[in-house]
Amino acid sequence: MPYDSAALAMLSLPFLASVVVLMVRGRQWATWLMIATAAACLLLAVGIYPAMDGGHALRHVIHWVPSLGLDLVLRVDGFSWLFLMLICGIGLLVGVYARYYMPPDDPLDRFCALLLAFMGSMLGIVMSGNVIQLVFFWELTSIFSFLLIGYWNQGASAREGARMALIVTAGGGLCLFAGMMLLGHIVGSYDLDVILAAGERVRADALYTPMLVLVLLGALTKSAQFPFHFWLPQAMSAPTPVSAFLHSATMVKAGVFLLLRFWPVLSGTDAWFWLVGGTGLLTLLLGATAAVFQQDLKAVLAYSTISHLGLITMLIGLGSTLGAVAAIFHIVNHATFKASLFMAAGAVDHEAGTRDLRRLGGLRHFMPITATLAVIASAAMAGVPLLNGFLSKEMFFAVALTTHRGPAVDMAAAAIAVLASAFSVVYSLRFAVGVFFGPARDDYPRQPHEPPRWMRLPIGLLALACVLVGMLPARVIGPPLRAAAYSVLGEDTPTFSLAVWHGLTPPLFMSAIALVAGCVVYVVLRGYFAGRETLPLLGRFSGRRMFEWVLTLLTATLPAALEGAFPSRRLQPQLLLIVLAASLAAGTAMWGSSLPLSLHGSGVDPAFALLWLLGGACAVGAATQAKFHRLAALLLTGGAGLVSCISFVWLSAPDLAATQLLVEVVTAIVILLGLRWLPKRISGMAPDTRRARLRRHRDMVIAAGVGLGLATLAYAAMLHPVADSISHFFLERAYTEGGGHNVVNVILVDFRGFDTMGEISVLAIVALTVFALLRRFRPAIESVDAPAQQRLQAAFEASDNGATTSVVADYLRIPGLIVQLMAPVIVLFGLHLFLRGHDLPGGGFAAGITVSVALVLLYMARGARWVEVRLRVAPLRWIGAGLLLAVSTGLGSIAFGYPFLTSHSRHAEVPLLGELPLATAMLFDLGVFCVVVGATSLMLVALAHQSLRRPRVLEMAAESGEER
Amino acid sequence: MELVLALAIGVLAASGVWLLLRPRTFQVIIGLTLISYAVNLFIFCIGGLRTGADPVLREGADIAQYTDPLPQALVLTAIVISFATTALFLVVLLASRGLTGNDHVDGKDGTP
Repeated sequence: MPYDSAALAMLSLPFLASVVVLMVRGRQWATWLMIATAAACLLLAVGIYPAMDGGHALRHVIHWVPSLGLDLVLRVDGFSWLFLMLICGIGLLVGVYARYYMPPDDPLDRFCALLLAFMGSMLGIVMSGNVIQLVFFWELTSIFSFLLIGYWNQGASAREGARMALIVTAGGGLCLFAGMMLLGHIVGSYDLDVILAAGERVRADALYTPMLVLVLLGALTKSAQFPFHFWLPQAMSAPTPVSAFLHSATMVKAGVFLLLRFWPVLSGTDAWFWLVGGTGLLTLLLGATAAVFQQDLKAVLAYSTISHLGLITMLIGLGSTLGAVAAIFHIVNHATFKASLFMAAGAVDHEAGTRDLRRLGGLRHFMPITATLAVIASAAMAGVPLLNGFLSKEMFFAVALTTHRGPAVDMAAAAIAVLASAFSVVYSLRFAVGVFFGPARDDYPRQPHEPPRWMRLPIGLLALACVLVGMLPARVIGPPLRAAAYSVLGEDTPTFSLAVWHGLTPPLFMSAIALVAGCVVYVVLRGYFAGRETLPLLGRFSGRRMFEWVLTLLTATLPAALEGAFPSRRLQPQLLLIVLAASLAAGTAMWGSSLPLSLHGSGVDPAFALLWLLGGACAVGAATQAKFHRLAALLLTGGAGLVSCISFVWLSAPDLAATQLLVEVVTAIVILLGLRWLPKRISGMAPDTRRARLRRHRDMVIAAGVGLGLATLAYAAMLHPVADSISHFFLERAYTEGGGHNVVNVILVDFRGFDTMGEISVLAIVALTVFALLRRFRPAIESVDAPAQQRLQAAFEASDNGATTSVVADYLRIPGLIVQLMAPVIVLFGLHLFLRGHDLPGGGFAAGITVSVALVLLYMARGARWVEVRLRVAPLRWIGAGLLLAVSTGLGSIAFGYPFLTSHSRHAEVPLLGELPLATAMLFDLGVFCVVVGATSLMLVALAHQSLRRPRVLEMAAESGEER
Repeated sequence: MELVLALAIGVLAASGVWLLLRPRTFQVIIGLTLISYAVNLFIFCIGGLRTGADPVLREGADIAQYTDPLPQALVLTAIVISFATTALFLVVLLASRGLTGNDHVDGKDGTP
């Protein structure tokens, strides 16, 4: 289907181009690529128009996770087509404009890339046929808008405006996400077409109101509706092309796009009328009044944008079909005149050097063409006849007169409509007259002159569009508008006539009143407006201040209060809270449930009981000795570990026993290596206060409680009959499908290979972290010196001049020799463990640790220098190779058409070794083996090396001492 | 057997938790090790205790003759991860000792 591929190309082109722009570098290339991409998208959009013929929607589905309802669905109907044209068309004009507007020393590659990526995300929203996909692109636009507002990131106001826009719009996006999940839950599908067809069911559902509120939070924040409007004026610190593109024509329209998109599903209820209509009305009034009092050109435009968005929202909220048509029409009209006004404001700023209305005036003498174009656009904004703004405003009046919610509402709506229009006349006049008319001044910050032709062209084209639509509406905008309205409203599409002259109708009178009143107000109150900095009455209420207050509350005040309530800077109270909370959670879960605490266990083996008497003694001993006798505590811990290791053997878990034993050895070595850097702690060093004793007793009670609880729980769990788990599956399939007899190993490397993959990644990350932390390790000065024993021995040998045999030189000579001889045997044993792992206890983990134990024994017995002269160990390479091997084994199965990490097994005859089980899982296990060897030895070697670095540290300490 | 193992888990956990709440870094690291023993045994015992029923397949044996392999696979992973966390914590402990000059968990000496 050529249309399908065109739509796909339209979506992917901007993103591709955005990446390419970053690679080409250079202003010329970047801007040309941006302009060409926008032009190509525009052509594609024009090209797919025939697909919309007769109210059809173009639909292209790329399946991703159909079972979860997650697919990439491209869907273009008349309504989204109108948006596509707006995005691509204004994108193209803004691209041309930006090329001349942006400072010439800016390479622009980042700017173009961001603008293109934004365009792609916007197209993504409009073309989404799946609501989750829609939310995804929605959040992307928030992110790119953030980056674009903060483009000139040297400025504090740009950074602040960007942050505020991101928090408001992305927060709204999260609400929208929740709303869409609810909507999907109600309908049972995330597909837009299915949802659009289920309007009745959605409105009748009990979850309708929360869902509506969430969706509205998303839409109204994006479209800068009251009370979330404050981010838009703050976002004006963005470069002007960005304001013209994002904050007038496209992104802020995403909110109203969403409202119209879901109009058939959500509208028609009272909640919709009051929430959407009410918000729109408030925003319309607030924006219009605020715009009148601004002194910054872009702020005038920002508030007028808010007000026009309010108008559109109100039209949508009224719930009449003609209102929806008027809303669509006004979206297009507003985008054309507002984008051109923004560009004109940018041109003024660019040429005259200021945007302050009080410093401007009389610019028509210097830039007549720009002045003409800007006046046309502002007239369109004011709703002057023969321009596009007039037509949609008339439609708005017509709708406002017929809300059919009782005469009072009708009257109020009509009056407010006229009032807001009068205000829009006032601020349009302020913009046009205040900047371009009046006497020429001689105190502009820069001598103004006409901007370059290519900067005027986009403004001119948009102004031309205003005039064309305004004069020949039926010819120019009629068919696409009808198609757009039809795709939203379907069979309910009202008949509407697009004509400049409808006769002497009430809307015409209302227009006239608004125009005349606006002009009178402007003429009378001109001086008053120019003298004000803030709004009268509403000046004190500032959304921005509220936002900052809430933000401070959430990020500073509340955390500080929490920190005050729970003294959480200190670890001990934190841990205490964690332990208590965990015990409480377990306690409440156990409370009331009758645990089967009978004594019907299997009989007690006295040997086992004796074993654990020893184990328990070791654990308690470790607990008491850990403060003053670290080595003893370490040995006692090892004892407890060994006892649990024996229990594993006893209770049919040979794999566990092997791994535990080996890990025990390595842990002990690691901690032994670290012991040397800890300060000496001698009993009685610090006085034992009463508070400390109390705390110890309290902790003892807590510890006893936890132990008792866990023991009870464990006892109950062991007596509880084992539920039917998936273990049978593993036992049955281990050999037939995994090709191994050792079920535990088959589970690890085959059935649950993905988990093991994660585990070795964790191991690798930990090893790298340890390595990185130790590279910058600064030991305490007092533990830098050699240990006391070594120093004494060295002093003794120095004193008697080597008369007796040197102990230091022959340090560990016999053990060293033994270890040197044993090392290959240990490595061989590791390999044996590895090879038999699939069928007998062993496997990659155990084997990896065994090999690294061999290495560490060598280090300990022979010293790091001796080993490193003879043996090149590159732990980082082991880790890398292991991870690569594991991943590529997993990927290998994809090459054969199976899911990631599917294994294949076969027993094969290998010369010399006999029949061997060869499974691809074995290759995976080899990866595990390599990672474990690498990670363990990296950690151990890095720790061992700290003693070698000692001389340098000593030198540094000496230097710092001299400096002092 | 069950009673013995349950008591063992309790003693290990109690010693571990007590050490966890102590102020010295070394005590905390030993405490974590003891707690990991307790938790590993706890997870392991969920599958029920069996002697002489290794989950290594033999010719012609019935499935009921094997112990549950699933907790074992879980614990095997847990053992390796607890080693990794111990090593990481040890290095953090050493770095903190080097930076603050003492071995108190908060880096501030004075409280026992």
